[in-house]
Amino acid sequence: MDRANLNSQLEHLQSKYVGTGHADTSKYEWGVNQARDTYASYVGHYPMMSYFALAENESIARVKFNITEKMVQPCGPPPERKD
Amino acid sequence: MFLYNLTLQAPNAINQSILGNFSGTRQQELVVSHVSRIELLRPDTTTGKVHSILSHDVFGVIRSLAAFRLTGASKDYIVIGSDSGRIIILEYNPIKNVFEKVHQETFGKSGCRRIVPGQYLATDPKGRAVMIGSMEKQKLVYILNRDIAARLTIGSPLEAHKSHTIVQYCTGVDVGFENPIFACLEVDYTEADQDPTGEAYRETEKMLTYYELDLGLNHVVRKWSEAVDRRSNMLVAVPGGTDGPSGVLVCSENYITYKHIGAATLTVPIPRRKDPLENKERGLLIVSGVVHKMKNSFFLLLQSEEGDLYKVTIDYTGDTVNEIKIKYFDTVSVAAGLCILKSGFLFVASEFGNHQFYQFGKLGDDDDTPEYSSNDFITNDDGTLDVKVYFKPRPLENLLLVDELASMSPLTDAKVLNLTDEDTPQIYALCGRGPRSTMRILRHGLEVTEMAVSPLPANPTAVWTTRLTADDKFDQFIIVSFSNATLVLSIGETVEEVTDTGFLATTPTIAVQQLGQDALLQIYPQGIRHIRANKQVTEWRAPGGRQIVRAATNSQQVVIALTGGELVYFEVDESGNLSESHVRREMSGNVTCLSIQPLPAGRRRVRFLAVGCDDNTVRILSLDASNTLEPLSMQALSAIPESLVMIDMPDQITAGSLTTLYLNIGLQNGVLLRTVLEQNTGQLSDTRTRFLGARSVKLFELNMAGNPAVLALSSRPWLSYQMQSRIHLNPLSYEALEYAASFTSEQCLEGVVAIAGNALKIFTIERFGQVFNETPIPLTYTPRRFVVNPVHKSIAIIESDHQTFSALEKKKKLQELGFEANEEEEELDPVVFGHSRSTPGKWASLIRIINPATEETTFTLELEQNEAAFSVAVLNFAVEAGDMFLAVGTAADVTLAPKSLSSGFIHIYKFVNDGMGLELVHKTPVDEVPHALLHFQGRLLAGVGKTLRIYDLGKRKLLRKCENRSLPNSIVTLHNQGGRIVIGDVQESIHYASYVAADNKIVVFADDKAPRWISCSAMIDYDTVAGGDKFGNFFVNRLPQKLSQEIDEDEAGSKSVGKGYLHGAAHKVDLMAHYHVGDILTSLAKTSFVAGGREMILYTSFMGGIGIFIPFQTKEDIDFFQTLEMHMRNEMPPLAGRDHLSYRGYHVPVKGTVDGDMCEQYNLLSGDKKRMIADELDRTPAEIQKKIEDMRIRAI
Repeated sequence: MDRANLNSQLEHLQSKYVGTGHADTSKYEWGVNQARDTYASYVGHYPMMSYFALAENESIARVKFNITEKMVQPCGPPPERKD
Repeated sequence: MFLYNLTLQAPNAINQSILGNFSGTRQQELVVSHVSRIELLRPDTTTGKVHSILSHDVFGVIRSLAAFRLTGASKDYIVIGSDSGRIIILEYNPIKNVFEKVHQETFGKSGCRRIVPGQYLATDPKGRAVMIGSMEKQKLVYILNRDIAARLTIGSPLEAHKSHTIVQYCTGVDVGFENPIFACLEVDYTEADQDPTGEAYRETEKMLTYYELDLGLNHVVRKWSEAVDRRSNMLVAVPGGTDGPSGVLVCSENYITYKHIGAATLTVPIPRRKDPLENKERGLLIVSGVVHKMKNSFFLLLQSEEGDLYKVTIDYTGDTVNEIKIKYFDTVSVAAGLCILKSGFLFVASEFGNHQFYQFGKLGDDDDTPEYSSNDFITNDDGTLDVKVYFKPRPLENLLLVDELASMSPLTDAKVLNLTDEDTPQIYALCGRGPRSTMRILRHGLEVTEMAVSPLPANPTAVWTTRLTADDKFDQFIIVSFSNATLVLSIGETVEEVTDTGFLATTPTIAVQQLGQDALLQIYPQGIRHIRANKQVTEWRAPGGRQIVRAATNSQQVVIALTGGELVYFEVDESGNLSESHVRREMSGNVTCLSIQPLPAGRRRVRFLAVGCDDNTVRILSLDASNTLEPLSMQALSAIPESLVMIDMPDQITAGSLTTLYLNIGLQNGVLLRTVLEQNTGQLSDTRTRFLGARSVKLFELNMAGNPAVLALSSRPWLSYQMQSRIHLNPLSYEALEYAASFTSEQCLEGVVAIAGNALKIFTIERFGQVFNETPIPLTYTPRRFVVNPVHKSIAIIESDHQTFSALEKKKKLQELGFEANEEEEELDPVVFGHSRSTPGKWASLIRIINPATEETTFTLELEQNEAAFSVAVLNFAVEAGDMFLAVGTAADVTLAPKSLSSGFIHIYKFVNDGMGLELVHKTPVDEVPHALLHFQGRLLAGVGKTLRIYDLGKRKLLRKCENRSLPNSIVTLHNQGGRIVIGDVQESIHYASYVAADNKIVVFADDKAPRWISCSAMIDYDTVAGGDKFGNFFVNRLPQKLSQEIDEDEAGSKSVGKGYLHGAAHKVDLMAHYHVGDILTSLAKTSFVAGGREMILYTSFMGGIGIFIPFQTKEDIDFFQTLEMHMRNEMPPLAGRDHLSYRGYHVPVKGTVDGDMCEQYNLLSGDKKRMIADELDRTPAEIQKKIEDMRIRAI
């Protein structure tokens, strides 16, 4: 398998699956993807959501709302780019 | 170790609920999802009861449900969005009572992933398309249609993806028959991800986007997009087409906005509760909503996160909306789903606690509750609204509670104990949240509702009920037999004695039967009385010197047994006379019981008679005219048979016929046998045995839930009934009975009349399939943990609620605000309205003592200064050995995120008043939250944050004796046996430590290879620990035998403990079993339910489930069940499309565990598949079913 093909395959993966890493993935990107994946998984698993709701004494809908909101920017603003 | 998992009670929390005509009849039904189980509920609109019709385990995570109906059809289909990476369409088949998979289309990877659809489902109200969406990016639209044969077809998926977009909500917009439109609430984070200043993030807008499916072009386009409030969380579609103006209501924090393409935006605030303690900063969210369409109008019910329901009405002309109005309706529990039935009922699937079924009394049209209109409020320039309007909450005015479905969710802690000295242990479970929480005492047995109890003059020996004619719908007489008399009672408005019935009152009775068209039969020791409708009596006298001892009857045939073992047979002839057969038969011994097959409708004769004799046999005799009373087959028994009942049960065990004839045999030694009676040959086969109790077993035929059932009376009553293709045998939670008969009247369709002592009792059994019945004890705040004082047998519970005003704080705050104390008299019931909400970081907490014998609270102590209790232990200190103490771990000013506290404490209380009260000894401050406490060798072992300490009792406070700081995060569970301590860490699984007395130190010598977020654990034996984690896994860890011995022999402890390895302990434990249960485990216990039965692991789960793991005893059994499970995976793939093996190995591959729930689905297979699997296993289907049933019987 030659290099060009490998690259194009990787690009395909990156476009298809959000969060697939590449050689220049920054710590911030990695963290943000991980956090979004985690939050999406929380929302998908209803027992987990009710577990949080019980601990926080909130309604499950409020917990879901909070988590979905957090997905927009889970790790704060991105760091300044060093060019 | 190899385990067999069985669910005893499936989790009963509901995460999704939908309404539809799933049977295709006019009856509306509910389909609810319990995450991994889908259930069909049928509300009975005449009685207001909700009946469970079908419950099916799908071995997957159901995340969304939707119903749709093709245009012009009368039947609804069910769409499931799950974690399978597939869209599933189900159809309910009411004849077979099964869900049938109509379509299964794969679109992505399995698992609850960020970009794999399944989280959201939206259907076009006209049933032309369905959208399935994910949390981010992907949305797929499937076109639904029908083919020439009118079967449902599903098109290939059309993409409506938008990358870098988080989706908050999806719904189908009602546009009539125009191109289907789906509305989504979305946030695009592209800009925010690039801007280091955070400016872009602040300016990011939440968009309401319409996706239009162009049916002509077969293509999805983004049709319209408009910014809405960032704090919007939900959409509710407004009826369109001919029914209304179309469009959506966007629910944001504090207000609701109507939006639609080209329509004016209208905004109305959500009324808030009038409460002096209100936190004005806090927004109010809508959590669920439902639209109800009536003939010419519609309204919406929305529910806020406090549980208040609002009625929203929309005033429109043509397509233009003029005004939206909102008013407070009623308050119910916060719902995960609301459904309004056409017949005027509201189903509330509570997110925590019991689900309710309400009837609408009125629609809140003409009361003085203030109504708010969108015309009265002007929004800010950006479309937001910051007006606050109020209402005064009040008890239910429009709704009327008619039925409740029990839900134990959230179940936070449970223990199996026998505190009240009963035959079987009880499960004590902490359930519920806040003021709705309860401690529920669960007892194994069906719930019985007593209708009437009436005392009789003497102790009766038997009771029957009878109709007067074959056409009667209800029973007319209750006949009670005493040792020397017979009493006839007529059933009407009241039950009264009657004398002119033709029955002989001066003799005991052996049997009563409604005979032929309109005659009655009384069989008594000296003869048979045949009472015609005109009260003309014909008598048949027993031959001189001999008596009738037993009789069996149906409405056409009568068999009696005389002393000495002679059988005489009678039949009703054409003219209604009872004619004796010329054949008599002498049995080999005395006849102890007789039973005749029940007569199917329209038949004049049945073929089989069963005769039990005192030579320990049961014989089947023929009643055919050609070979009357000829023996057909025989079964030898272990004891004298006491009672026989033959019943027809509908199922598919016998190929080709829809019913199977069972012969139930009750023995004098307390054993019940159930044998299949072959319909053609009269041969007996497939015997199932079960020990019921110490007394001989008497059997009675009943009718339960429309099917024949058998009531078996031993030292406690049992019921054998058929439900969902399985025969269940459950005890009743009722006292021991002597004799019983079925009872049908206008008030009570399927009742039982029974004798206990000298009382006549009438009762009904309603909740079939619920093997536990519960006694609730109300609590105040969310219960966290409980312990039992083993000396006084009292229960100590700690309860803590976050964001809540404690009773003291509330009083103080109200006084500060200048409210008089007397105003509290009209305070709202917290069970309905909840406690007053405070701000994050505020806690209400108390310690409670319950006496399980009286089921009453004997003592409560509310904690002050914002302290909350997190752990509890019962112990006695070596220095004060005579007293029992309670240690409670608390912390003050705890905030959850970020974690902080002002100080932790360990309170020591002394039990007083025979263990029914507490007295504070002292409080010891600690630096972290003490999450785990344990009695350890006359001292207290405390897990305080990541530190493990041993404390001893001092005069003023606890004295620190020993400390270990080497645990990774936070200690959440502790167990010990001897000097061995097992520590559960919140993230890093189980650690084994040993207390070295010589050096006074605790050394951790082994830990787990994998990280696990422990939620509960239990020590199974000295080396073995079972645990559950927060992702729903169950695991068993065991210390290698050799290591265990080395550690114990090495008294100094230092040598074999060794040096730590890779930041962990020196040794690692072995994983023995691993299994994904699918729900967070909250308690584990090694226990045995049946007296002297096998020990097993019982678990409870967060959503209210109870299950067990039974260890296999033989290698053959393991092989058998593993092979069966493998075949089941192939022949009955899970309904939601998830692969069973990968579901049970969600995070870690399954190890050492067989899924019994999967194996039990064998009963649901068709006859062909059953036989195919049976052939592979070299057995018959009946043998396999017996083996599966035996596993369950062994447990409970």
